[in-house]
Amino acid sequence: MAQPRILILRAPGTNCDVETAHAFQLAGGQPDVLHLNRLLEAPQLVAEYQVLCIPGGFSYGDDIAAGRIFANEIRHHLSEVLQEFRTAGKLLLGICNGFQVLIKSGLLDTDDETGPAASLTWNDSGCFMDRWVGLKAAGDKCVFLSGMNELYLPIAHAEGKFVTRDAAALERLDQAGQLVLRYADVEGSIPPFNPNGAMHDVAGMCDTTGRVFGLMPHPERFVDFTQHPSWTRREVRGEGAGLALFRNAVRYFN
Amino acid sequence: MLWEIDIHPLSDQPDQEAERIALLAAESGINPSLSVRAARGFLVESESLDESQANRLAEELFADNTVESSVVAKVGDSRLATAPTGQGNGESPSLLQVLLKPGVMDPVAQSAEGAIRDFGYSVSAVRTLRKYWISGASQDQLASISERILANDAIEQTVEGPLPFNQLQHGSDYEFELRTVTLSGLDDVGLMQLSREGQLYLQLAEMQTIQQYFAELGREPTDIELETLAQTWSEHCSHKTLAGRIAASDDSGVRQFENMLKETIFAATTELRSLWGKDDWCVSVFKDNAGIVKFDGDFNVAFKVETHNHPSALEPYGGANTGIGGVIRDTIGTGMGAKPVCNTDVFCFAPPDTPADELPSGVLNPKRVMRGVVSGVRDYGNRMGIPTVNGAVCFDERYLGNPLVYCGNVGIIPVDKSFKEPQPDDLIVSVGGRTGRDGIHGATFSSAELTHESESLSGGAVQIGNAVEEKKVLDVLLDIRDRDLFTAITDCGAGGFSSAVGEMGEEIGAEVWLDRAPVKYAGLTYTEIWISEAQERMVLSVPPANWDELHSLCAAEGVEATVIGKFAPTGRLVLKYGDNVVGDLAMDLLHNGRPPVIRSASYSSTPTKPLKIPTASGDLTADLLQILGSYNVASKEWIIRQYDHEVQGGSVVKPLVGVEQDGPSDAAIVRPVLTSRRGLVISCGINPRYGDLDSYHMAASAIDEAIRNCVAVGADPVRIALLDNFCWGDCEKSETLGSLVRAAQACHDLSLALEAPFISGKDSLNNEFSFVGDDGKKQTIAIPATLLISALGQIADVATAVTMDLKHCDSFLYLVGETKDELGGSHFALIHDLEGGDVPTVDTAIAKRTFAAMHQAISQGLVASCHDLSEGGLAVAAAEMCFAGGIGAEIEIAKLPVKEIKMPSATRLFSESNTRFLCEVRSEDAEVFEQQLSGVPHACVGRTMPDTELRITERTDSAPVISASLADLKAAWKKPLAW
Repeated sequence: MAQPRILILRAPGTNCDVETAHAFQLAGGQPDVLHLNRLLEAPQLVAEYQVLCIPGGFSYGDDIAAGRIFANEIRHHLSEVLQEFRTAGKLLLGICNGFQVLIKSGLLDTDDETGPAASLTWNDSGCFMDRWVGLKAAGDKCVFLSGMNELYLPIAHAEGKFVTRDAAALERLDQAGQLVLRYADVEGSIPPFNPNGAMHDVAGMCDTTGRVFGLMPHPERFVDFTQHPSWTRREVRGEGAGLALFRNAVRYFN
Repeated sequence: MLWEIDIHPLSDQPDQEAERIALLAAESGINPSLSVRAARGFLVESESLDESQANRLAEELFADNTVESSVVAKVGDSRLATAPTGQGNGESPSLLQVLLKPGVMDPVAQSAEGAIRDFGYSVSAVRTLRKYWISGASQDQLASISERILANDAIEQTVEGPLPFNQLQHGSDYEFELRTVTLSGLDDVGLMQLSREGQLYLQLAEMQTIQQYFAELGREPTDIELETLAQTWSEHCSHKTLAGRIAASDDSGVRQFENMLKETIFAATTELRSLWGKDDWCVSVFKDNAGIVKFDGDFNVAFKVETHNHPSALEPYGGANTGIGGVIRDTIGTGMGAKPVCNTDVFCFAPPDTPADELPSGVLNPKRVMRGVVSGVRDYGNRMGIPTVNGAVCFDERYLGNPLVYCGNVGIIPVDKSFKEPQPDDLIVSVGGRTGRDGIHGATFSSAELTHESESLSGGAVQIGNAVEEKKVLDVLLDIRDRDLFTAITDCGAGGFSSAVGEMGEEIGAEVWLDRAPVKYAGLTYTEIWISEAQERMVLSVPPANWDELHSLCAAEGVEATVIGKFAPTGRLVLKYGDNVVGDLAMDLLHNGRPPVIRSASYSSTPTKPLKIPTASGDLTADLLQILGSYNVASKEWIIRQYDHEVQGGSVVKPLVGVEQDGPSDAAIVRPVLTSRRGLVISCGINPRYGDLDSYHMAASAIDEAIRNCVAVGADPVRIALLDNFCWGDCEKSETLGSLVRAAQACHDLSLALEAPFISGKDSLNNEFSFVGDDGKKQTIAIPATLLISALGQIADVATAVTMDLKHCDSFLYLVGETKDELGGSHFALIHDLEGGDVPTVDTAIAKRTFAAMHQAISQGLVASCHDLSEGGLAVAAAEMCFAGGIGAEIEIAKLPVKEIKMPSATRLFSESNTRFLCEVRSEDAEVFEQQLSGVPHACVGRTMPDTELRITERTDSAPVISASLADLKAAWKKPLAW
């Protein structure tokens, strides 16, 4: 397949759709930005795509809780087609608000017999924050993180603290190799390394197949060297490290 | 029935809201050891919702079961008032519940309604509330907590104990009744009483003109006609003072202005444009909602800065929220619609540590104002997905009653979409939010002086925004713009439909069907619909043939679009409610009928008093630390990090830079088009302290500062556009207006000399607060004359940008620009409480050459880092460059280019002379750098060092006048606002 088709799904309040489409384009994908209402009217549209990405923003204002209303739209109307999408070997990516949507929609395999066992809640600071963080990828389960080790990316969120209902749930997800991206002290990063109090320093996680991935940091905001916060101090030119994540998604279909 | 669903944090989770309230209660001295528990609640009114359904909503919609639990019951059930376990330690806690007043925008409730329907359940209304169980507080303390921390009376109410109702209020039906106002027979006193009590805030000559107009028609005006005139002629909408006749006298004589702004600021732009001829890069200036200049072959760029002062004084969160929302709509409503790409925000507050007992009645605590304003901007800007990339904060006691909130927005617009023209017989279409009772009289209110009674008098002027509604509108508008479905667009700002339709239909005429406007709740009168300032509404002019397509595209994204009238080619504004004509006015009366305001302005120069430098010990390190720790200079990281400054992916130079990403950048750079390397540079200049000495030089300095900030990061000085925002006191006082006229003259002179055109501007007058003091006498606090200059620069290749943090250990440090004895209004004067001194001036010929030379040097890559010198002069700039880069420096101040050789160390270090930069240059680039700068004052004044100290001496061999570790300098700078 030459250029995998990428569905960038926007809802009212989504606001990172343009730069996310740009990142996929740079990576060799063929992105379309589509309003959630179109998919609700015709869920089978999703079958035309290889990758579905829910970008960052404040879907439905993050009213009630971040990503909650969008996630319920999925649970009520799109669960089936998206499970089929996953079973067909395709990829789902949620960035920031998209991660909040994915985790609350059940698509990251976090639910157990008593309901949702993991979530993203208010930062320990109680406040929105925009800063860059160091990250380490763990294991080789996640398609999007293939070949990656350390990363440096921006976060911009208020409700990004990863929590599980109890220690057993955390242990189960860890054992299953799903906790694939952690905040970490990497070269150039500035303390505090865990910016929001996330359990186990979790910054991103995947489902049991490794093909559904959600992360709080914004890889689409580091696809060019001029986006780095101290690029004027570095000799490095060319593309930004976040682009590799989009390349991995595109390469998966080549 | 009315269900209540309360959400509590699980016992092993932090109760962040309760902790916040306890902290604020301690901080404000009410009670240092309160025990607080908090919950949030949803009131759900439904005919048919049963208990299992309500429980399902709690489980699957309202609570996050990993961290929260819920209580579900019908309102009135005692379980809802029961304190969470563990609260109270035996003592029974008091329950305080905070609700928005009926009619106040509640976006969360709106979203919740939709989400409940998505479950297939019926729901008629939702309201949100916040609940607090507080123990350890006396009844008086509870009242203080309620008033000063929990609720703002302008929009919220507090209930102690259980809720006293079991159904939600929904406005009552409206019965049409045409109301007229009797003007005939009123004398001058009667006219002015009507103007004041009706919140028209019209002046006597205007009331007389209206009286005569209707006398000639042989009838009385209807209420809506009078309101329309008041809105259209308000200071806020018409700028009648500054665009009016002014007799200005100063030492050199009297000058008569027919239109002061036109003859000063606009005139400079007009002259520049004709000078440039075919190279003119202005596109649309001083006429649309924002000024427009050229960017590249595909896009132009629009820029507007607005103030939202009065609402922010009463309700800081809502005021700032709607301030940023409003200026974004200005950009969206420019030309055929621009796409917002970044925000800039500048605030002026009283010092946050002002003691509570020094606050006059009716004034909110400045710290509360500051927190509210910052959160208001944060929540709107972030939700809109527009990065907030630039700003400034000024502190002065005189902003106590009138904090200033300047919100700016930059947008890009396709070259062929930069102009609009409504056509006769086009439909008038309202797009976006519904109309409610919010913001009635905002335009006239903002033209009035605030008093301690303003809160109760004008509570209706306060609005809360709904950013996601505006985002939806923006998304769909850009789509229908590109399909050419409308002929003109404008925003509903101050004055609501009345000013939007009035402006668009000025050349044609309009007929409006007020009963068709969608309303939030029943009961609105035709006049309320017409002048409501409910947010998130745009007005479009739509050819009838395009209506169906436009309507269905809006509907597809959940955006309401409604035909509310047509642009009928009658030259009249006809307002109808059903079949009733409720207003019928000539457009000519609205736009040309206002009697000219004639004001006098006076200025007399006062001889400069010498400033006496305190006899110092020779070591000025303590002075530097104190200036770094003053509120104006101190780090604003607490604010900056709450704003998303990277969304849209175009961020190139961020507001915080350096090795630990905490140094203060001079300007922001963004790439609005991700496939291009061309960038926009956004900066500002503001220094009200200079205005106390001379408003001309304050304005000149602010312009120089805005431009040099832009140039410092790499902007090309031949393409910098400026905006002016005047916030002044009561301009009926001739000396207050005199200082404004003088500032406008400086804008004219500097704009011409530096070839930097003004492209748009705004003024906010009457920023005075009056109250009755302890002695029973009326007292007035006027703000200092405050001119904000915003600059919009451009950079051909963002990869040539530089930042202010030192980069290398053995570079040369060059000071570019001449240092003069100009400590008047400086921060050195501030910390020592010194009066007098010369205010910084601008030598425009040298400034123009300096900016050009600096740009040459920067764009050739000769400058490793560059910082402008402003508050605190050389010493502060050097300290900031050092600690931002984590690199030390040695500087000899005897080497500075100076006006007079005999200049004390303190003056050399802290003078705030304009047009100066401190540059780091690698030794191998020094020779070429010096050649580039040969035509302007410059000197090598020191070196960067591998250690972590800043050492400043007179000469190499003399004892240091400043010696400090970078860690100490940074700590002093970060401490004041590390909240």
